[in-house]
Amino acid sequence: MKPKVAFFDFTGCEGCQLNKLNFENELLDILAHVDIVEFREVMDERADSYDIAFVEGGISSPACVERIHDIRRRSKILVAMGACAVNGGINALKNRQPIDAVREAVYGEDKYLFATLPAMPISAVVKVDLEVRGCPMSQPDFLKLFKALVFGKQPPKYDYAVCVECKLNENECLFNTGQVCLGPISRGGCEAICPGFGQFCTGCRGFVEDMNEAAMLKILTDHGVSRDEARKQMTLFNATEVSV
Amino acid sequence: MKKNLNINVHHLTRVEGHGNIVVNMRDGVLETAHLNIVEPPRFFEAMLKGRKFTEAAIITSRICGICSLGHQITSLKATEAALGLEVSEQTVLLRKLLIMGATIQSNVLHAYFLAAPDFLNATSVFPLIATHKDVVVRALRMKRLANEIGELIAGRAVHPITPVPGGFTQIPSSHELSALREKLINEGLPDAIATVETMQSLASTIPQFHRPTEYISLKNDTDYAFYDGEICSSDVGNTAVENYLGITNEFVVTHSTSKHAKHNRGAYMVGALARWNNNQSQLTDQAKSAARSMGLTPDCHNPYMITIAQVVEIIHCIEESIRIIECLTDLGLKQERPNQTPTRFGRGISATEVPRGILFHDYTYDVQGRIIAANCVIPTGQNLANIDADMQKLVPEIVEKTEPEIVHALEMLVRAYDPCISCSVHILDVEFNHG
Repeated sequence: MKPKVAFFDFTGCEGCQLNKLNFENELLDILAHVDIVEFREVMDERADSYDIAFVEGGISSPACVERIHDIRRRSKILVAMGACAVNGGINALKNRQPIDAVREAVYGEDKYLFATLPAMPISAVVKVDLEVRGCPMSQPDFLKLFKALVFGKQPPKYDYAVCVECKLNENECLFNTGQVCLGPISRGGCEAICPGFGQFCTGCRGFVEDMNEAAMLKILTDHGVSRDEARKQMTLFNATEVSV
Repeated sequence: MKKNLNINVHHLTRVEGHGNIVVNMRDGVLETAHLNIVEPPRFFEAMLKGRKFTEAAIITSRICGICSLGHQITSLKATEAALGLEVSEQTVLLRKLLIMGATIQSNVLHAYFLAAPDFLNATSVFPLIATHKDVVVRALRMKRLANEIGELIAGRAVHPITPVPGGFTQIPSSHELSALREKLINEGLPDAIATVETMQSLASTIPQFHRPTEYISLKNDTDYAFYDGEICSSDVGNTAVENYLGITNEFVVTHSTSKHAKHNRGAYMVGALARWNNNQSQLTDQAKSAARSMGLTPDCHNPYMITIAQVVEIIHCIEESIRIIECLTDLGLKQERPNQTPTRFGRGISATEVPRGILFHDYTYDVQGRIIAANCVIPTGQNLANIDADMQKLVPEIVEKTEPEIVHALEMLVRAYDPCISCSVHILDVEFNHG
């Protein structure tokens, strides 16, 4: 029996789901090993239960809370996919602003027409078994996890900094080019793709477990960034993880 | 017959984001025909507040994974206008090439993966792998090639890396660009022509439904406008991009977390069919003849033909990509440092034709280069009132059909617009108070 696989999207950009359709070379092989039984973005069918449910996007409304409970109840393994689902991602930035004022500015007197909650990762509401990090989730990383699941192996874990992969790739350190970068505290597994293209790391895969927030702040301020700016930069994809 | 209908398609499939189709008819009188947008709002304005100009495009590209390149480039243009940052001819050409890649990928995704199953009475592309394998393989090959444009120039097709305010952090080599050109000529164009042939054979199944509306797109003198131009209305002519708020006139409706828009009539259309109606004379000859062969006529008022207009644009965008690469080669590629030294701080407004239509970004920066006000108006939001108006005309016309047939016609109609619902609710206008 091929495992029954489903894909679901919550509050997010659907970029992680799209990234799966971007496996143009591998898609037909992937389909040979699993039965995709539900994937609203591309198919009409729905199913009652799932061996593996991949969930993209975060929780941001009462309807999301209800729906993820229902999916969890019917899933053997639940995988959070992408930054919004894993740690709140960019959605959680709104939590650091007075949301009532924003609602009023957007919807005016209709501000209570649409129920909204602070943005939360999936794990804030139900148990998450496995995760694929990143914004967007990296395709090689997804394939590794997917293969491990299908063949009953242990998926890889990454708990080292982006700097490690950057050094392995022999990239020039962006601090030497006048930029500032969150590589020293950000979780790797992305092959340091952004610094590899000359762009600073934004920490989209979250931070390493034992990250030294104070030391990162010091590196940034030593490179001319104000403390306020430095903290803002660190919250970009990690509003739920930064204590400052 | 005084018919009663009570249709509620919950979470419409094969569209990007969450929407419901709701139709109520009592004793033959249509009471409601709406696309309800139920996607939770994300409040991007709150995310942008106080952010530096180097972060704006990183944030706004996350409005939508499918449209991330379009958001990124439109965001960069607005920031550059606000801060007085000039960009080089090379930067403009590379960005135009990215827009071509994004349009090809999005149009292929919609035509083959989301819309085509309707024409073939399938529920998704997956069963077509068994029955139409060569077509599915071709579609995947075309998507791959389109994504390769994004990956080569932007580092990644979803949430691009290299495009930054003032230019690019890294550019491809001339060798890589000429290899891409070869592939576009030898693989892309033949596949696009084969796509036209496939669509010709399906064209007879496209529903006949006509409702003239106002068509709005960018327009300029030099090309079939994607990257820049003035706002063109088929009703009233051209308007400068800076005056976009006089075009979009957004308003809140209770059945949609995304605002609606209207201009000269109760609704207007943006996207591939609006571009076709306004700018068809500027298409390449091959794209024009593809349009004729698929029955796309000038002044087409049938929204089901949006998919056909997208296929026409695939041909155009592949040929245009080849031309842009030749321009870049003639120019001689140079490593340039992005120009990130502001000459002013203020408001900047930009517009780009992204796959689903005209997209506006509008930012105001303080003297430290931080965002104090932001507004984005999304193509799908602009189309919502038009979709409702189409449904209100369509339902009485097909009321004699069975309820499943009516539901199918409505689903196909909404899908034809290729709505990007995540986009449409993820950013709404707001002014922040200073401080």
